[in-house]
Amino acid sequence: MTTDRIAIRVIVNGRSYSREVEPRLLLVDFLRHQLHLKGTHVGCAHGVCGACTVDVNGQVMRSCSMFAVQAHDAEITTVEGLAGGGPLTPLQQAFHEHHALQCGYCTPGFLMSARELLSKNSNPTEEEIRTWLSGNLCRCTGYINIIRAVKAAAKQQNQADNELATTSEL
Amino acid sequence: MKPPVFEYFAPDTIEESLSLLSEYGDDARPLAGGQSLVPMMNMRIVHPAVLVDLNRVVGLNRISINDETLILETMVRQSEAEMHEDVRNHCPLLTKTLRYVGVPAVKNRGTVGGSLAHADPVAELPGVAMVLGAEFVVESNVGRRTIKSADFYVTELTTSLEAGEMLREIHFPKTNPKSRSAFVESGNRKEGPAIAGVACSIMLNEKSELEEVNLAAIGVAPVAVRLTSAENVLLGQIPDNEVISEAANAAVVDIDPWEDIHATAHYRKRLTSALVAKAIIEARES
Repeated sequence: MTTDRIAIRVIVNGRSYSREVEPRLLLVDFLRHQLHLKGTHVGCAHGVCGACTVDVNGQVMRSCSMFAVQAHDAEITTVEGLAGGGPLTPLQQAFHEHHALQCGYCTPGFLMSARELLSKNSNPTEEEIRTWLSGNLCRCTGYINIIRAVKAAAKQQNQADNELATTSEL
Repeated sequence: MKPPVFEYFAPDTIEESLSLLSEYGDDARPLAGGQSLVPMMNMRIVHPAVLVDLNRVVGLNRISINDETLILETMVRQSEAEMHEDVRNHCPLLTKTLRYVGVPAVKNRGTVGGSLAHADPVAELPGVAMVLGAEFVVESNVGRRTIKSADFYVTELTTSLEAGEMLREIHFPKTNPKSRSAFVESGNRKEGPAIAGVACSIMLNEKSELEEVNLAAIGVAPVAVRLTSAENVLLGQIPDNEVISEAANAAVVDIDPWEDIHATAHYRKRLTSALVAKAIIEARES
């Protein structure tokens, strides 16, 4: 292998893409400029701000701190894959209802990070939410409404799960 | 930001990785989790001509134990190590410290070996390696050698790894169940970069005297340093507030802090003393 373009295949939001990439192409630039999925943002480009956070094979990662070529054979979910063109997910809806964004630049990263938190911990405390999201920077909101939104989404998710459990018991 | 051009190899086997590292020598860098290396390439602080990506190599990401040692292969992800039962049971200080290493998105990708071999002066794990007396097994295509923590770290971002070598395994001696430990640091955010930090492992005898004390600091010298002056004050003593205060003052002898936008050298010294006291108290109460 050389500095020449390398063929990769990735599944992004359920759709398979085959492309040729230069080894130095960052995953975030691949998503934005080759796949035209511009929901994933470039903030600091050195792994501090979290704006480029995406899900790679079921775990959140910084797409500015890995190369597209390293995502060969991976399954990626970006913010576009959350609602997938349908209604907003409960987490997105909660961000909307609780005014958890102003300019919205950091929002895709926050949504991806919070999504992994709620998948691992269905009832996080405020401290746990703050700790988990400490790698995502927001310069507008002061974080209060983001934390409210994540709590609300967790509560709604738990209610939905309980109703489902009650229904299946019947 | 665009990283500079490099030649990229993604070998599947250890043998192939070692042969590439040998062929390209000083021009090659192994790429582990990339959570320090890729940002540094983005900012063009470093520009390796060749990257040997270890992420597809089979047999570099196991955690195992034998009678005396917890063994982490170099590509074990930080988040996996943090959650792993064997690590928690046999090396609790490592589990406690991994909490501070980064946020989930970084630890999901970042590796234990990558952080240890990168040798950032403010990285937490080298401090733990020093306190626990970890050993580094490094390998090239001519063989393996084992390096003690104290000999592994040379200076800022520099280890005694030679061209063609890569870190293969980290051996942590299993922690004596009677010992107690703590990791403390100070920075803007727990998961963010620290200004300074202190790792501590102690053992008390039946008279509550310290029969073993290991202390190391990060962020206050080009590499993680053992705080031997503080250890000498503490050894054989009952760690009451007076003794702890004396040890905290002694710790500044062993460090060589710098001044930057985050803190003055004087502040780093005062901070190290405060962190030494906090670490010993936390370990004593644990």
